[in-house]
Amino acid sequence: MAAIKAMLAKPWIWSFVAAAGVWMVTILFTAGASTLGLTQAALTFAAFSIIVGLGQMFVITLGPGNVDLSIPSTMTLAGTVALKLMDTNNGLIAVGILVTLAVGVTVGIGNYTLIKLLRIPPIIATLSSSFIIQSTAIWYNRGIRIKPPRVLAEFTTASTLGIPNVAWLALAISIVAWVLLERGIYGRWVSAIGQNMRAARLAGVPVDGVRVATYVLCAVLAALAGFLLSCFSGGAALNMGAEYLLTSIAVVVIGGTAVAGGFANVPGIWGASLFLFLVVSMLNTYGASAGVRLFLTGVIIIAVIIAASRRLGEGSSTS
Amino acid sequence: MSIDPAVKPVIAVDGASKTFGAVRALSEVSFSVARGECVGLVGHNGAGKSTLVNILNGSLTPDAGTIHLEGLAADRYSVVAARASGLRCVFQELSLCPNLTVTENTRIMHSGIKGLGWRRNAAALIRAKLDEIFPGHGIDGGQTVAELSIAERQMVEIATAFSQSDHAVRLVILDEPTSSLDSSLAAQLLAYIRRFVAEGGSVVLISHILSEILTTADRIVVMKDGQVVASGPAAEFSVDTLVGAMGSVVRARDARRVFEAGAEGGPVLQQRALGNAEAMDFVAYRGEILGLAGLGGHGQTRTLVSLFMNAGGDWRGRRQTKIAFVAGDRHVDGNLPLWSTLKNLTLTLLPDLTRLGLIDRRKEASVAGNWRERMEIRTNDLGNPILSLSGGNQQKVLFARALATTAPVVLMDDPMRGVDIGTKQEVYHMLRVEADKGRTFVWYSTEMDEVCQCDRVYVFREGRIVAELTGEDVTEERVLAASFAGGAA
Repeated sequence: MAAIKAMLAKPWIWSFVAAAGVWMVTILFTAGASTLGLTQAALTFAAFSIIVGLGQMFVITLGPGNVDLSIPSTMTLAGTVALKLMDTNNGLIAVGILVTLAVGVTVGIGNYTLIKLLRIPPIIATLSSSFIIQSTAIWYNRGIRIKPPRVLAEFTTASTLGIPNVAWLALAISIVAWVLLERGIYGRWVSAIGQNMRAARLAGVPVDGVRVATYVLCAVLAALAGFLLSCFSGGAALNMGAEYLLTSIAVVVIGGTAVAGGFANVPGIWGASLFLFLVVSMLNTYGASAGVRLFLTGVIIIAVIIAASRRLGEGSSTS
Repeated sequence: MSIDPAVKPVIAVDGASKTFGAVRALSEVSFSVARGECVGLVGHNGAGKSTLVNILNGSLTPDAGTIHLEGLAADRYSVVAARASGLRCVFQELSLCPNLTVTENTRIMHSGIKGLGWRRNAAALIRAKLDEIFPGHGIDGGQTVAELSIAERQMVEIATAFSQSDHAVRLVILDEPTSSLDSSLAAQLLAYIRRFVAEGGSVVLISHILSEILTTADRIVVMKDGQVVASGPAAEFSVDTLVGAMGSVVRARDARRVFEAGAEGGPVLQQRALGNAEAMDFVAYRGEILGLAGLGGHGQTRTLVSLFMNAGGDWRGRRQTKIAFVAGDRHVDGNLPLWSTLKNLTLTLLPDLTRLGLIDRRKEASVAGNWRERMEIRTNDLGNPILSLSGGNQQKVLFARALATTAPVVLMDDPMRGVDIGTKQEVYHMLRVEADKGRTFVWYSTEMDEVCQCDRVYVFREGRIVAELTGEDVTEERVLAASFAGGAA
C-alpha cells in the first residue's frame, strides 16, 4: 500500500497510466489483433517526440518565459542539409551526422545570442529565429526531396529485439538526460535557475553558461530528431517539423514537469509521448472524424493534466 | 502566572499544545497579555514563538488548551474573530503583495474602507500612520511594494497593522519587527510602541535583539523547546540572565584586530567610487572583517551585489570559488523554494563536490550533515523542504552555503535577520576564527552591535561611502554621526 502511494506521488505516473489505458482500449476494440503493430508504431513515433521533448524539458525548466519555438524549423533545416550533403551516399553518413550536430549548435548559440545581447524574451527570440531557419532550409534546396542513404533508411525503420531502432536511440538519449538532470551538476544548476535566477546567480551558479548550454542542447536534440525523421520518412519535407512545436511542449507538461520551471522529470516524457500517439490512433481506430479527433484529443490532454496536477498538489501539502 | 486577577487580559491561552507530525512545537504553554502592557517574547529559532503567535492570531488551532479573548472563552476562534476583536500581526515573513501599491495593500488589510474614494481614504490612512511612527519615512503611497527596500516594506507592514479603520486596534503582535530596520528606524518604532502601550494598547514584541526587549517590554516571557521557561517583569532581567534562560551563555567578544592598510599585502577586493568626488573607494584587505554601515537602503546591498557580479562567473562554474554571498532578503536573493534543505545548503560548494560533471552525493550529504551540526540547523531531516524550516534556520542554511566553501572573500548582506542570539554568537566567533586564517568578510548589517564587531567600517550615505572608521573609532556614536552628517536627519 505504501509502495502504491509512493508511486502515485510521482509526477510522471499519470502519463503512464493514461498511455496504458488508451493502449488497452484500442487493443480491446480490435480484439487483440493489432497489439504488436500498435505497440511498435507507438514506440517509433513516440521516439521522435521524446527526443525533442527532452530538449524542450530542459529549456522550460529554466524558468518562466523560457521555451524554444524554433524546434520545428531546426528539425527541417537539419534534415534538409544533412540529406542533401549525403546525397544518398552511404559513405557520407558520418558527415551527415556531424552537419546535423553543427546545425544544432549554431541554432542554439544563435538563439541565446538573441536572448542575451538583444534582451529579447526567449519566446520571441526563438519564434523569430525559427523564420530565419525555415527560410534558410527553403533557400538551401528549393523544396526538392532527396532520399536518405539506404543504410540509414533501413536502420531507422528496422527493429532490434522487437523494439524499433529509433526507440533504442531515444532510450539511450533519455538515460543520458536522466543522469544529467538527477545526478549531474548541470541538472542542479538548471533547476536552481528555474526557481530563482537571481538567487542562483548569487549562489555562484554560472547562469549564462548554463542557459546557453541548455538552448544548444535543445537545438542539437531537435536537429537529431529532424535528421532521424527525414531518414525514417524517406526524405526531408519542409513542413515535417510542424506538429512537433506543440507536441514538444505538450509532452513536457503532461509528463509532470513544472511549467513554471525549476522541476523536471525524464520518465514523464516517455509516458506523455506514448500517450499522445496512442490517443490519436485510438480515435482513428474508432473511426472518429478529424474534427472529433482533435476535440477529444484536447479534452483528454486537459483531463490528464488535471489528474496529475491534483496529485502533485496533495503530495506537496502533506510533506 | 503572576497577573493581577482584577486586570482582565486582552488575550490568554491556557495549556496550549501543538504538534506537527513528530515535532512537538508547543507543549502546555500558558500566555496572556494585559491591557496597556508590552510583553517581550524571546527564545531560540524553533523555540515555538511563531507557533504561539499563530495560535494567538487564530491561524492555527491548538491540539489542547483554551483561548480566552477579553476574558470570554472563544470556542470557534479564528483569524476573523481575532481580527474583529482588534488583534493585528506583523509577520517575520513579510506578507504584502509585491505587485500592488502601498495604498492598495492597505485597502486589502482594511476591508472597512469602501465606496468611491477608497483609494484616497486608504492613502490618507497609511500616510498618517507612517508619519506618526516613522517621521521622515519618504514612502509614497503610489509606489508598488516591489519597488520598496526590505526595510520600507517592513515599515509599511507595521504602519498597516497599527492603523485603524473599522475595528479598534487592541493588540499588535510584532514578530521580529526591527530585523530589517536600521538603528534609527528601530528606535522610532520602539518609541511608538511605548506611546501605544501608554494609551492602553497591548503589544507582543518578538525580537532576537535583547536590548530592545529589555528597554521596551514591561514583562518578558522566555521560551525554549516549545515551553515557557521563564517569565517576569523586564526589570528583573539583564542580557546575561535572558541569554542564560534561553540556554546559552554570553561569549566574551573576540578581540578586534587593528589593521594597517596594506600590511598583509595588497587589497583582495576593490571598487572605485563612481564619479562623485566626495565618495571614497572601496578596498578590502586579506583577513579583515569589513563592515558596511549607515542607514538602511543607502546602497550597501547594491555595492555588495555589484562586487559579487563583477567578480565574474557568469559563464563557467568554478571549483574553489573566489567569492561567496550570504543573502539577507532570503526570498528574493537566497532560497530555492522547491528544493530540500540539503540542496540549498550545498549549491555554492557544488563544483567542489563534482567529478566529471557528476555530483558525489555521499560527500554532499556528509558536508551538509557537518554544517547542520556546526550551525545547529533545526530540522530532523536535511531532506525536508527549505521552506519547512523556521525563518532563522533558513538563514543559517544560507550562511552555511557560503561558509562551507573555501572562498577567500565572503560578502554578507545583513545575514542575521531572525537568527537567535546563541547562533549569532557562534557565527561571530566563527567569522573571527576564519578571518584570522586569512578570509575576508564584507558585512553589511543593520544592527549596531554587529557593526561594532568589525575591524573597519565604511559608512554609506545616499549610495556612496562617506566615511571610514578603523579600530577603536568604530563606535555607535561615530557611525551614527557619519550616517547623518550633512544630510537631513
